[in-house]
Amino acid sequence: MTQHLDLLEAESIYILREVFASFQKPVMLYSLGKDSQVLLHLLRKASFPARPPLPLLHVDTLWKFREMIALRERVAARGDVEVLVHVNEEGVRQGISPLVHGAAVHTDIMKTQALKQALDKYGFDAAIGGARRDEEKSRAKERVFSFRNAQHRWDPKRQRPELWQAYNTRLSPGESVRVFPLSNWTELDVWRYIRREGIEVVPLYFAAERPVVARDGTWILAEDARFVPRPGERVERRRVRFRTLGCWPLTGAIESQADTLDKIIDEMERSRSSERQGRLIDHNATNSMERKKQEGYF
Amino acid sequence: MAARLRFITCGSVDDGKSTLLGRLLYDAGAVLEDQLDALRRDSRRLHGEESLDFALLTDGLEAEREQGITIDVAWRYFHTMRRHFIVADCPGHEQYTRNMATGASQAELAVVLVDARKGLLAQTRRHSYICALMGIRQVILAVNKMDLVGFDADVYASIVEPYRALAARLGIETIHALPVVAPDGDNVGAHSARMPWYTGPTLLELLESAEAEPAPPRAFRLPVQWVNRADADFRGYAGTVSGGRVAVGDEVVVQPAMQRARVARIVTADGDLAAAAHGQAVTLCLDREVDASRGDVIASAAEPAPVADQFGCHLIWMDEAPLLPNRSYLLRLGTRTVNARVTAIKHKVDVNTQAELAARRLELNEVGYCNVDIDQPVPFERYADNRTLGGFVLIDRQSNATVAAGMIDFALRRASNIHWQHTDVDKAMRALAKGQQPLCLWFTGLSGAGKSTIANLVERRLAAQGFHTYLLDGDNLRHGLNVDLGFTAEARVENVRRVAEVAALMVDAGLIVLVCVISPFRSEREFARSRFAEGEFVEIFVDTPLAECERRDPKGLYRKARAGEIRNFTGIDSPYEPPLQPELHLHAEGRRAEQLAEEVLAKVAALQTRAD
Repeated sequence: MTQHLDLLEAESIYILREVFASFQKPVMLYSLGKDSQVLLHLLRKASFPARPPLPLLHVDTLWKFREMIALRERVAARGDVEVLVHVNEEGVRQGISPLVHGAAVHTDIMKTQALKQALDKYGFDAAIGGARRDEEKSRAKERVFSFRNAQHRWDPKRQRPELWQAYNTRLSPGESVRVFPLSNWTELDVWRYIRREGIEVVPLYFAAERPVVARDGTWILAEDARFVPRPGERVERRRVRFRTLGCWPLTGAIESQADTLDKIIDEMERSRSSERQGRLIDHNATNSMERKKQEGYF
Repeated sequence: MAARLRFITCGSVDDGKSTLLGRLLYDAGAVLEDQLDALRRDSRRLHGEESLDFALLTDGLEAEREQGITIDVAWRYFHTMRRHFIVADCPGHEQYTRNMATGASQAELAVVLVDARKGLLAQTRRHSYICALMGIRQVILAVNKMDLVGFDADVYASIVEPYRALAARLGIETIHALPVVAPDGDNVGAHSARMPWYTGPTLLELLESAEAEPAPPRAFRLPVQWVNRADADFRGYAGTVSGGRVAVGDEVVVQPAMQRARVARIVTADGDLAAAAHGQAVTLCLDREVDASRGDVIASAAEPAPVADQFGCHLIWMDEAPLLPNRSYLLRLGTRTVNARVTAIKHKVDVNTQAELAARRLELNEVGYCNVDIDQPVPFERYADNRTLGGFVLIDRQSNATVAAGMIDFALRRASNIHWQHTDVDKAMRALAKGQQPLCLWFTGLSGAGKSTIANLVERRLAAQGFHTYLLDGDNLRHGLNVDLGFTAEARVENVRRVAEVAALMVDAGLIVLVCVISPFRSEREFARSRFAEGEFVEIFVDTPLAECERRDPKGLYRKARAGEIRNFTGIDSPYEPPLQPELHLHAEGRRAEQLAEEVLAKVAALQTRAD
């Protein structure tokens, strides 16, 4: 088991160092979930003893859980890596809200468009992300160094062959890549690595009693004053935790007793459902992730 | 627990690869409830029946679902009590062979599927050949759709025997064969009651007990990936050990410069190590100052890697545009990127029969045995000994596309036997003696654009001012140096290469050289540029519209080309790629050659002033 995690760690460090060495202006997309925390940990290892030679970028939709933002502030306060935050101000002016406009519009404007704005604003030519191939079927088809044209589009039929670890990192002006160092990790690998390395994660991953309502077959957290129960909905206290974290109105919790890493891993090993079933944005249509990715979604 | 196994599934289209893999994941317990629900929904929607279409678990792209085929590699991860697996589900269609090769480059074992009704097909042979070429030494032959041949043991045997013969010929060492019915799971995760004559292990058992990676390379190698300068006192060489083992105190050599040093520290974020082995990502500190950078290899001093600038190698061509010998490509080997060209295609391989065929170029998905020449010596290994330092990719200079995968066979000796002869009088001295800054003025443009006319005027004026010049005219050179070359794309590449080399010698001699060749391809003009020092090469685009060139038609060539009497004529049936950023862009329409020559002279004068 140790050997398996060691292999994954070494492969990811190799990929991160390729980014350090090959690009003019790389950045790490930092979404504050467990994968991001693992990525940040690997980033520190890859550049040790130097500080990470690139900044983190958080695309904030203003609908993130408070505990996520608190973690971001703690990471920024540690001071070994620069944390940039970008918000789509145009979207804010339009009052875009997942509660009003729905998951698809909110995600497009506050995440996809916001990300493109940020990449263009800073001129980043490589953006590292924590996506894993086990998350979703179109992810399973994506390269480690995933090429994007000047409009940030992904064309799954025109991917570069990726042989051995001889990654082709060359770009023409305006083009960029998304880099996925955790491609070969599974959700369980991520949790086992978090336990082994003692990596801090947002407390929402651990079971606790929280105010929630049942909505669309999952538990939605009544996170702040913007939450308005729909007719017939009732806020109740349940012992829940999250397997994945996004914008709070779009992310469902599961009922769970797992309040330690050991219990989470144990629960995962016995789980019969996949990680993203709590993500409402994936359920809009068949292949919706592929379409979002083609348009520039991470 | 056994070491992680990386494997691929391959075989012809419709042999049921995706179905078999989906079934394997299902039997290994790797398909979760909500994924199973989605699979039931999708199966019903597409087929309107109750049975599950396991292929839908892996074919995740819209186009794949529409066409019912696999276009690109799908990576899947699962584990059993005994081992972790990474599997690449590879496409079967011939047009996606490059994606199959991509998967094979990451794998230690291949599951080759055959349809029991069809037996060995061209794609079975093609994929097995590519697996062998990529260094896969173990194959599991899964004979599928046994239910459609009445579970007949003789049919099974009639497929397995010729396959064993094929595999032996290809050098695949280990073959396990088994009969399966992928959708029903016979012999996939559990033994089949319908084929009691098969008593061997199930597919899952075979995978659980297969050998993982072959023994890693013995001698220590670390391609330097990134130089870590944490502070003024720290200089570490970060990289992943790609063979052997290194310990603190070991003597190493930085290649290709062959500087010796000892390992002072092996740094990781979890503390310094006493030793590091194959696969570990570390940072080495050496006991003395050496000049090492990304692309160098730190190797065992006792057993350094061979160093060469010419190889014999296999190439799998992966681009729609064909491989043209002598065109300059970028070659990425280990962490190093250099300029390279294929000097000869010794033969191409018919991947169905493995017959060796003569070839002048390689087309998409073709495999050839080639000589490759690179512009500097690099440390390498035979691919059979070390995939990291023996496997390379070629990258197109214009599109940046990955166009080929290469597997090094051995160094060509003649490279190391020809040494660069040192001469005491060098370019700077020769230039000084002539009192000028040597230059290459490279005129490119369509036939009849006015290149030679302008260059002639420029040279006359330069000579009058006392400059030492020479004019290399493409047409004139074709009477002598290039008399053997025609006008195919391959011949044009070689034509420009020779002219560039001659021009480079003349600049070395201290001259101002004027070159007039159509040089229609950007790649070759980039190659020409690479032969010169910064500022020595002046690309001059004589930009005359095709209609105007055709109206002038000074040599009557356009008329002949239009009449079909000349083939491969630039602008008519052969492309011209205009320069994107020439040093000088001459908009020639409606202007006199004398005016255009003045522009060139002004540019030359500016460069001469700067040289003073």
